[in-house]
Amino acid sequence: MSPVFYLVSAMTVAGALAAVLLKPLVHCALAVTVAFAGLAFLFLSLDAQFAGFAQILVYIGAVAILIVFAILLTKGSELPRDGVFSRSWLAGVVISAAVFAALGWAILRSAWTLPHEAAVPVVTVHDIGVALVDRYVLPLEIVALLLTAATIGAVIVAMHEKEGAK
Amino acid sequence: MDQIFVLLQHWLVAFLPLSLQPVASVLLAVVAIVCVFPALFALTTVFERKGLARIQNRIGPNRVGPFGIMQPIADGIKSLTKEDIVPSIANAPVHFLAPVVLVVAVFMGFAVLPMGRNMVLVDMDAGLLFYFAMGASTEVSVFMAGWSSRNKYSLLGAMRAVAQMISYEVVLLLSSVSVVMIAGSLSLTKIVAAQSGYTGIFPHWYIFTPWGLVGFIMYAIAATAETNRSPFDLPEGESELVAGYHTEYSGFKFALFFLGEYLAMFSISGLGTTLFLGGWSAPFSFLTFIPSWIWFFSKLMMSIFVFIWMRGTLPRLRQDQLMNFAWKFVLPLTLLNLMVTALWRFMGEGWARWGVCSAILIAAYILMGRVGMYKEHFGPRRYRYAE
Repeated sequence: MSPVFYLVSAMTVAGALAAVLLKPLVHCALAVTVAFAGLAFLFLSLDAQFAGFAQILVYIGAVAILIVFAILLTKGSELPRDGVFSRSWLAGVVISAAVFAALGWAILRSAWTLPHEAAVPVVTVHDIGVALVDRYVLPLEIVALLLTAATIGAVIVAMHEKEGAK
Repeated sequence: MDQIFVLLQHWLVAFLPLSLQPVASVLLAVVAIVCVFPALFALTTVFERKGLARIQNRIGPNRVGPFGIMQPIADGIKSLTKEDIVPSIANAPVHFLAPVVLVVAVFMGFAVLPMGRNMVLVDMDAGLLFYFAMGASTEVSVFMAGWSSRNKYSLLGAMRAVAQMISYEVVLLLSSVSVVMIAGSLSLTKIVAAQSGYTGIFPHWYIFTPWGLVGFIMYAIAATAETNRSPFDLPEGESELVAGYHTEYSGFKFALFFLGEYLAMFSISGLGTTLFLGGWSAPFSFLTFIPSWIWFFSKLMMSIFVFIWMRGTLPRLRQDQLMNFAWKFVLPLTLLNLMVTALWRFMGEGWARWGVCSAILIAAYILMGRVGMYKEHFGPRRYRYAE
């Protein structure tokens, strides 16, 4: 728990809070970018280079841009008239609390079962690559299949609308 | 002579107490990068204006200093003393942050480029990934600039820029992946080391293999598009969008955008040099006595020269041509190149793999080109306004 950790976590939490509390949607998108960057720094401070850079590349480079495009293309950039809280906020609080509790419980349990290693294991990008095509090849293939299906689905949805317009 | 800068750094750092030395050596390297590349930028602006003028049968800047060499100093003073105008409707904090984010992200990319033997700021295990992560962050800053100006030309320019950068980033990444497949590492110093051998007098650069040549051409196309250079300069097409996403910037903020664009050009040329042109290694084995950093920077300046040459030669593309070119021609060829690289990797040594890989790539190029042209129905064109 170094000062860097506290600084970066404060930045991440502030970015995430701003993303849900700010009114202009584009500001929210930029705030969520800050939160993504904070997460990437957290990964990097834990010596997880691959995860950190992938976080920046995928989340800042692609997901944030995707959000921004979605906002601009759907005319969602106007200010909401009646606050930023939706009417079903109570249900949202309950669901997020449940998710948080489940995750926290899982993490607290797993910390006890893991052996306490004295040295931090050195994981190189090479090891991650080997693990992906060796031990975790099935999950990788399933994810690839899912993404392909999603891409084809998106293309079909877009094509269908075009034909209807003609 | 080869290690002069490394030795200089060690010599300077040795004056400090031991506890400060690691910090000081990093700081010194950062200062060197932050000084050298903007200086190179200043030189390049004159070089570019002179070169373009020569191509367009003009003289170019010739008033300030001998042959107009002092022009960038005059330009710098001008942009510093100009009024900094922020539109009253603009989103001030985002408008201010955009050029800063751009320049910072671009400078970060230089951290992993090996500029000579032992001359790299941070030798990361995932250096290539770091570079692309930083490159991806520039898209956000371009969008910030365009959106916060509250100007339709700025926003249109930003949308075009982001769409273009995302489309060509896929190609940029995939063409680099083939190098990673052969070199077996994401570390840029290891990629350079993998290309450092010689057969006879000829080097083992990746550009001298079938997949490397195709990969390099695809990389160069994607790099041109990624840095918004002509012929892919639609995001700032003067005749259509005033100046694109930086229309509403004046004074030094505009200069920062200008600087960011050229620095991105330097760093992407540096990466291309590292991946395909052997980084800092000499082009012939009998030229290795020339310092490694001279080779790196001369290769970099050669790429910059090609950028300028293309800008003076080619007309600007249309938006649909740009997208079709990216997704229907460059991307399929890059994907095929990945498979050819795998084939190359597993066919073993010998002349067979040269023949097979070249044949596949040339056949695919001709086939895709023919099919694409056939679909376009190119024929005699009639212009209504000319009748």
